[in-house]
Amino acid sequence: MTARLAADNLTLIRGERCLFEGLDFALNDGELLLLEGRNGCGKTSLMRAIAGMLSLETGQVLWNGVPVLKQRQTFHGELVWLAHRTGLKGDLNMVENLHFEESLRPQSGRDREAVYARLGIERLKRLPLRSLSAGQQRRVALARMLLADVPLWLMDEPFTNLDREGRKLVMELAEEHLAAGGLCVMAAHQDVEIGAPVTKIHMQ
Amino acid sequence: MWKFFHRLASPPHFYRLAAIIAPWFAVPGLLLIAYGAYAGLFLAPMDYQQGDAFRIIYVHVPSAYLSLMAYMIMAVSGGIGLIWRMKLAHAVAAAAAPLGAAFTFLALVTGSIWGRPMWGTWWEWGDPRLTSELILLFLYFGYMALRGAIDDTAKADKASAVLALVGVVNVVIVHFSVEWWSSLHQGQTLMKKGGPAMDPGMLYPLLGMILGFTFLFGSLLLRRVRTEVLFRERRTRWVREMILSPEGS
Amino acid sequence: MSEHQPQQPGIFSGLWATARRDLLLAWKRPGDVLNPLFFFAMVCTLFPLAIGPSAEQLEFIGPGVLWVAALLSTLLSLNSLFLGDFEDGSLDQLLVSPQPLPVLALGKTLAHWLTSGLPLVLVSPILAMTYRMPGSVVPVMMLTLLLGTISLSLLGSIGAALTVGLHRGTALLSLLILPLAMPVLLLGANTVSLAAGNDIYTTGIWALGAYAVASLSLAPYATAAALRISNE
Repeated sequence: MTARLAADNLTLIRGERCLFEGLDFALNDGELLLLEGRNGCGKTSLMRAIAGMLSLETGQVLWNGVPVLKQRQTFHGELVWLAHRTGLKGDLNMVENLHFEESLRPQSGRDREAVYARLGIERLKRLPLRSLSAGQQRRVALARMLLADVPLWLMDEPFTNLDREGRKLVMELAEEHLAAGGLCVMAAHQDVEIGAPVTKIHMQ
Repeated sequence: MWKFFHRLASPPHFYRLAAIIAPWFAVPGLLLIAYGAYAGLFLAPMDYQQGDAFRIIYVHVPSAYLSLMAYMIMAVSGGIGLIWRMKLAHAVAAAAAPLGAAFTFLALVTGSIWGRPMWGTWWEWGDPRLTSELILLFLYFGYMALRGAIDDTAKADKASAVLALVGVVNVVIVHFSVEWWSSLHQGQTLMKKGGPAMDPGMLYPLLGMILGFTFLFGSLLLRRVRTEVLFRERRTRWVREMILSPEGS
Repeated sequence: MSEHQPQQPGIFSGLWATARRDLLLAWKRPGDVLNPLFFFAMVCTLFPLAIGPSAEQLEFIGPGVLWVAALLSTLLSLNSLFLGDFEDGSLDQLLVSPQPLPVLALGKTLAHWLTSGLPLVLVSPILAMTYRMPGSVVPVMMLTLLLGTISLSLLGSIGAALTVGLHRGTALLSLLILPLAMPVLLLGANTVSLAAGNDIYTTGIWALGAYAVASLSLAPYATAAALRISNE
């Protein structure tokens, strides 16, 4: 049986440095892939490689058994990437930002108001994002992730700028997503408690 | 056939092969240039209009031709490198750029020297060829500047390949638009199209020079690509082994 | 994931969405639109100051000056085409978007043209007047600028994509784009001069139109490739 998301013999060299070599993994519905390691050890690069944004020295990433570079559009339609930088426009407000993201994807069945309420950002709709705190901006990015309603979540350091409550919320959301049959790749340099089958990759 | 290309594209193999081939380009190139220079400067008859001044075409024409040729090589090998991810092709593009820029510069300088007795000025904007050549030099500058600005070699290779491909389309457009422009302003050109056939005594040395320059260019390019390959592969085992081995270098 | 039959967005939804967002951003920061326009007007002012107010001379150099100023002003605004997106991470989001990247790049370029090229075309008659351009020539000049700025925005988007994230990107961008833009300048300015001299000028218009169409069909792909390479 082919895994939903699989990596086959990935090697990445940036400049003079080899970030990882001969890396394999396989991930199925409901499973979490946890990337561990110090800062600067290549977690973000691996995540970019999974998203098909880097050209690898060797190997390929497969989605449903097909190399992602051969089906970039389809694959990107099934993933959402919560990056270190939120990718939201400070001059626009939350609704304008999320509306832009939504118009790029098929209409999702999610109830917007419920998502806003869950994340505690329902009062921030009309404020320019610039005026929100870093933690609030991160919650808006989380809202974008939930509203996309896709199977694969790529989460790069999702706990940055969040308080204890926010961290708990992120873990809960990931747990629910996995329980509903979603997949999650998460890079974190702190302990993660998520009740789901976990594969760990420790990066040097 | 594929296997042959694959072997050729492997850096250590190319490095050894290029060392063997380079002299086969250099020697005929120098001989042809020696013939062309002697025959062109002393044996060829004088031009009835331009006198001895025309003799600079024996340097100007081959340089101008190679300036375009090098750009083509740069763009085509950049394209090959992008599509088939062949690293050697990128090394060729990187090595060809400064050579092309040098020949472009030579073509500009000789064109300007040629123009001095003809037009009475070192630079004549009305000449479409010189103007196109100048824009070509700027295209080379842009290409080399982009390469220089990107630290990561792999990224620099790909970005500059995109630029070279865009540029090669542009070279054609530059050529035609400059022709049109100079026809508006009654530009004066040194070489007219479809003029009387060249005297064989003038033509053969010119062909010799063009061929000789091409061979010389080939030899220089091979040497430069060798250096480029050695630098790019400096961390690999074969380079270390070769340098450390007694009969190395 | 909900059991919801999704309605796929059309091929141009990415184009409209990016264009709309960038226009909205420009609306909230009008300075980014106005500065290149002021620059355009100022460059046009420099020439009479430098060479004297002789009407005959100004009439003669007018088309060339307006075109050079338009080219420089477009160049000035190009640097920021992808820079903002690069800095706040939204460029990365565009790269993993389910929409085709060339379409998204075209949407951004469209917004750039609407906020830099089109305003230039609209204010150019005022500046042409100060250069004593005859009224019959002004529409020709506007048409050349209209077609020319489309090409410049498209060509420029390739350069902006290649240099995004590089140090000293502005100077490098000029170095890359100016030689590519020379045919556009040459066609545009000379067409206006021909019209001013009561010569036949249609060749230039056709050539500019062909250039715009060719760059419209090719540049978005080059820009998309360049964006992927710059963000590796």
